[in-house]
Amino acid sequence: MEKFTKVTGVAAPMPLINIDTDMIIPKLFLKTIKRSGLGKNLFDEMRYDDAGEEIPDFVLNKPAYRNAEIIVAGDNFGCGSSREHAPWALLDFGIRVVISTSFADIFYSNCFKNGILPIILAQEDVDKLMDDAGRGANAILSVDLENQKITGPDGGEVSFEVDAFKKHCLLNGLDDIGLTMQKSDAIAAFEARNAAAMPWV
Amino acid sequence: MTAKTLYDKIWDAHLVSTDEDGTCLLYIDRHLVHEVTSPQAFEGLRNANRAVRAPEKTIAVPDHNVPTTLDRLKGVENEESRIQLDALEKNALDFGVHYYPVDDIRQGIVHIVGPEQGWTLPGMTVVCGDSHTATHGAFGALAHGIGTSEVEHVLATQTLIQAKSKNMKVEITGKLKPGVTAKDITMHVIGQTGTAGGTGHVIEYCGEAIRALSMEGRMTVCNMAIEGGARAGLIAPDQKTFDYVMGRPHAPKGAAWEAALSYWKTLFSDEDAVFDKVLTIKAEDIEPSVTWGTSPEDVLPISATVPFASAFEGGKVEAAQRALDYMGLTPGMKLTDIKIDTVFIGSCTNGRIEDLRAVAEVVKGKKIKDGMRAMVVPGSGLVRAQAEEEGIAGILQDAGFEWRLAGCSMCLAMNPDQLQPGERCAATSNRNFEGRQGRGGRTHLVSPAMAAAAALTGHLTDIRDL
Repeated sequence: MEKFTKVTGVAAPMPLINIDTDMIIPKLFLKTIKRSGLGKNLFDEMRYDDAGEEIPDFVLNKPAYRNAEIIVAGDNFGCGSSREHAPWALLDFGIRVVISTSFADIFYSNCFKNGILPIILAQEDVDKLMDDAGRGANAILSVDLENQKITGPDGGEVSFEVDAFKKHCLLNGLDDIGLTMQKSDAIAAFEARNAAAMPWV
Repeated sequence: MTAKTLYDKIWDAHLVSTDEDGTCLLYIDRHLVHEVTSPQAFEGLRNANRAVRAPEKTIAVPDHNVPTTLDRLKGVENEESRIQLDALEKNALDFGVHYYPVDDIRQGIVHIVGPEQGWTLPGMTVVCGDSHTATHGAFGALAHGIGTSEVEHVLATQTLIQAKSKNMKVEITGKLKPGVTAKDITMHVIGQTGTAGGTGHVIEYCGEAIRALSMEGRMTVCNMAIEGGARAGLIAPDQKTFDYVMGRPHAPKGAAWEAALSYWKTLFSDEDAVFDKVLTIKAEDIEPSVTWGTSPEDVLPISATVPFASAFEGGKVEAAQRALDYMGLTPGMKLTDIKIDTVFIGSCTNGRIEDLRAVAEVVKGKKIKDGMRAMVVPGSGLVRAQAEEEGIAGILQDAGFEWRLAGCSMCLAMNPDQLQPGERCAATSNRNFEGRQGRGGRTHLVSPAMAAAAALTGHLTDIRDL
């Protein structure tokens, strides 16, 4: 997994609430057996018309936002399915940060496994950053994970919280399977205890 | 001793270790696997030269992609689907996990197969790369969806790195009115809490109306916990649970059954247990329900009218207007005036035998509306066989329904069962998102009886008026 330390880039505003995983990546693109290549179909049904042409009004189709690395979104981003194809598509497009007042649990957890930082902020902070994101190519935000700070285009700063373990894994690009496998003795001990106490499991 | 909730008890019983920073490692008793969210996980194992730690606790079944037409054994036409299905079979065989192939009568939707085969038992932790894993909570098992990276983590280590969720109680007091079902309960709750109301929580459903539900009904309730934002739903096991489990192929037998039973009887929330959030609903306040919009929280009683976007607040105003436009509805019109051209009966929400019985009861001796496309997709091959044995299949076919083979089908439309743009479906499934059942398709979520009623009349219909 790619390390996440600091991202400075264009932030795209998506104020719609409840942006669900079917919007982020519709099911017809879930038939892949790979993690890569989904970026072109990110937000497919919002981004392209029935003929496959770009819809000019959609934010990521606007010249200023085509290279966005950050999304500032409405409440409850990523609700719906567990499909990790959603963060894979975001990452493949180039998105490294999503900012909202709230995220669906599974999507939130999936982001961290893929080097994407989901940031939860209070409504007033999201409103402020949504405003900043509305400035097109000037909507440059800088997200510093080490110091847990977002710096806006006017130099204003917003602090954010992040779980210490998740932060550590992101900063170092750690594969948590490797970390857990270091605990295989504890797992084996649990299995032995459980096999004696609950042999039916 | 501190009073514990049911969730606390199951959590504590599965804790392998807790780090100084509070990160917990949770043991997983059952891992269900399907073809869509697992290929990248198995590929990860191969690349790292890792094995599946507990293949005997891992169960694979194809469901999302499989065609449900009778000719499916001749082969899957869509190449990408076929590659994904072939990958699941190869991975299951290579890694030695339990596997139910497409031509096995036990094949079906993973959340129907698990309970049916006795893999899901009270007090267990159950995960699957699918958000509707919440279904298994009906047995008093802690069950939730995970992403593909976590699928790989569970395959390799049989554990998950987890932070504990908060406890939420949803109590449904009193008795349901006639015509009101488990589906209406779970939709009504989401209408009250919103799709983010359960975020960060595990919901325990309790109260007289929940106790009165069959296991099938309880699975329907827990299935949609995720649509309310909760990762998991739980219902404490009772005699109905034990009766359902007893005798299933992978349920304990003999002395092991007795030992299991005495443990299972300890699985309830202590009287003094503290919940972070509590919602109490009177069963008599729940009507047969229907969604009008493109979020599962867009729920109204069937007697209501389509809302105006201006009736909402904040970001919901824009979302409601977008939903009205997408759904092609006029505010103020009666929900019962909404015309339906497609009816889908099935899914992990409502694809069990009791659901098919409810449909048969409504349509017996009648015909669906001319021009209506109506499809019944049983949740498993065994559900299909039982429905045929009970004469339900015949009743449905005589009424004009297509009688399909088991799979996820038009719930998420990954297989050929899809809506065309502008088509409008009364569906017993769980999500009414934009494009969920096919690009431009419009979905109204309802109970099986209400879907059956709409198939007969051609419009959304109050089952109590039929």
